Amino acid sequence: MTLDQRQVDAPLESGSEQTAASGAINHARHVAWRERVRQAARHVIPVALAVGALLLAWQLYASRPDADQQILPTPVAVWNALIAQREPLWGHTLVTLYETVVGFTAALVAGVVFAALIDFSPWLRRAIYPLLVVSQTIPIITLAPLLVLWFGIGVLSKTIVITLVCFFPITVALADGLRGADPELIRLYRTFGADRWRIFRSVKLPGALPSLFSGVRIAVAYSVIGAIFAEYVGAEAGLGFYIQQKQHGFATAAVLAAIVVTALLSLALFGLVALVERLALPWYYLQRRPSRS
Amino acid sequence: MATQESAAGAPLLDVRSVSLRYRDAGDGTLEVLRDVSLHVNAGEFVALIGPSGSGKTTLLSLIAGLEEPTAGEIALHGDAHMPRLGYIGYMPQRDLLLPWRSALDNAIAGLEARGVPKAEARVRARLLFQQFGLTGFERAWPSTLSGGMRQRVAFARAVLAGGELLLLDEPFGALDALTRLGLQRWLAEISTTLGLTCLLVTHDLDEALLLADRVYVLTPRPGRILLERSISAPRPRAPEALSTPEVAAVKAELRAALLGSQEGAPVL
Repeated sequence: MTLDQRQVDAPLESGSEQTAASGAINHARHVAWRERVRQAARHVIPVALAVGALLLAWQLYASRPDADQQILPTPVAVWNALIAQREPLWGHTLVTLYETVVGFTAALVAGVVFAALIDFSPWLRRAIYPLLVVSQTIPIITLAPLLVLWFGIGVLSKTIVITLVCFFPITVALADGLRGADPELIRLYRTFGADRWRIFRSVKLPGALPSLFSGVRIAVAYSVIGAIFAEYVGAEAGLGFYIQQKQHGFATAAVLAAIVVTALLSLALFGLVALVERLALPWYYLQRRPSRS
Repeated sequence: MATQESAAGAPLLDVRSVSLRYRDAGDGTLEVLRDVSLHVNAGEFVALIGPSGSGKTTLLSLIAGLEEPTAGEIALHGDAHMPRLGYIGYMPQRDLLLPWRSALDNAIAGLEARGVPKAEARVRARLLFQQFGLTGFERAWPSTLSGGMRQRVAFARAVLAGGELLLLDEPFGALDALTRLGLQRWLAEISTTLGLTCLLVTHDLDEALLLADRVYVLTPRPGRILLERSISAPRPRAPEALSTPEVAAVKAELRAALLGSQEGAPVL
């Protein structure tokens, strides 16, 4: 992939007033950077204030004299539990992360294969696509107890739940993206003498990537929830397992600490996908910001 | 060999009595083209004018090899069995640049699809970029280029993709008037300099007269060849050439034919 900056520089490097132009560009870049920091601050400050206010209200409410710490611990108590339990929490997080990554990867591979099959054969599309759409309406998570029954309480049953949860949004999004390829562009490639495989990888697949990524974002959001729920139903390790254990012991602060970790894990995965998307599709973000040219 | 002998004298493109019918939704058929014959010699610039719905674009997709005619044949170098897909450059009205590829990598798309190694294709494209005034924009994303530049990149792609013959389907139709004028003059220059063989579809009389050695007029559906006229003024032509008596006379004749055909009354 060509980097954003390099390609902006390219036209100027061959120009005659190179140094003057690059000086102006540097200045412009500096201004743009400061503008970006200001924008970020404008977005971050309000949400930071809101979160702070909520935590403060919670702290005040939960630390009133007649409050029961076992029912509602204070944020400070949750923080303390997080620190005290950091080693077991870390261990369980790794288990959940492992299940999520394996399940998600399997879903991604299967999703790409199925979407490609659907795209290649109209017959397969008619056979498979309705099933995919209908299956989206089934809350897969509710199958978790059955899957644990069938595949045991180990990592496998969790991975299967996550794969099922992630598979459908990825497949449907990519299949729709592939189908949305510009027919005129396909005709143009046919005049080049291109075969279907060439058209698929040069025209359809790259054009469907933005669509694939929106499917992936949904899938990632589901995947951690799927993992936690499957572990909750029956497991030997993982954040869901930990939450259930602590709940039985009425260690509410530790339960909340594990929920915080779960949310952070989801956020981290979501952020990772957003980062990969930005790096993989620089042209897409360029198009959405037409002021750049 | 007999075939070689006939090929030597044959035009680069020979469309012989081509007709096309589509089966429509009911039992009937839709006749799009009827008995169309035309030819383009090597190095010649030929324009095809006709009202919208006269099957101009359909004729181009037949020539490109995207579809086959119901009757008649299309020969390259006199050979009606020569494959056409992959050998003819096609430039549609929309530039159809891939937004995820740089300008240069868009230009090599046709070569790449034919299996030319990327490095070699890029060398050839760079050379063309110089001639097309696109130097310095090799790495630019299409979305950062102006409409005129995008169209030149698309033209470079067509030139690289189609060895000998270029089909131009209203290539400037989507541009604003000023950019269109500039690009028409540019095309007049570059097609002469490079000795390109072009078949241009347009409904702009002035565009045809500025660019073409010969002009065919097509009737409304079913499309038939109504008229064929040569313009002997040397190419590349300046816009002033359009006001010489010879060209003005051809223009008047072509316009009358187009208007006559519009009313549905065959002028033949």
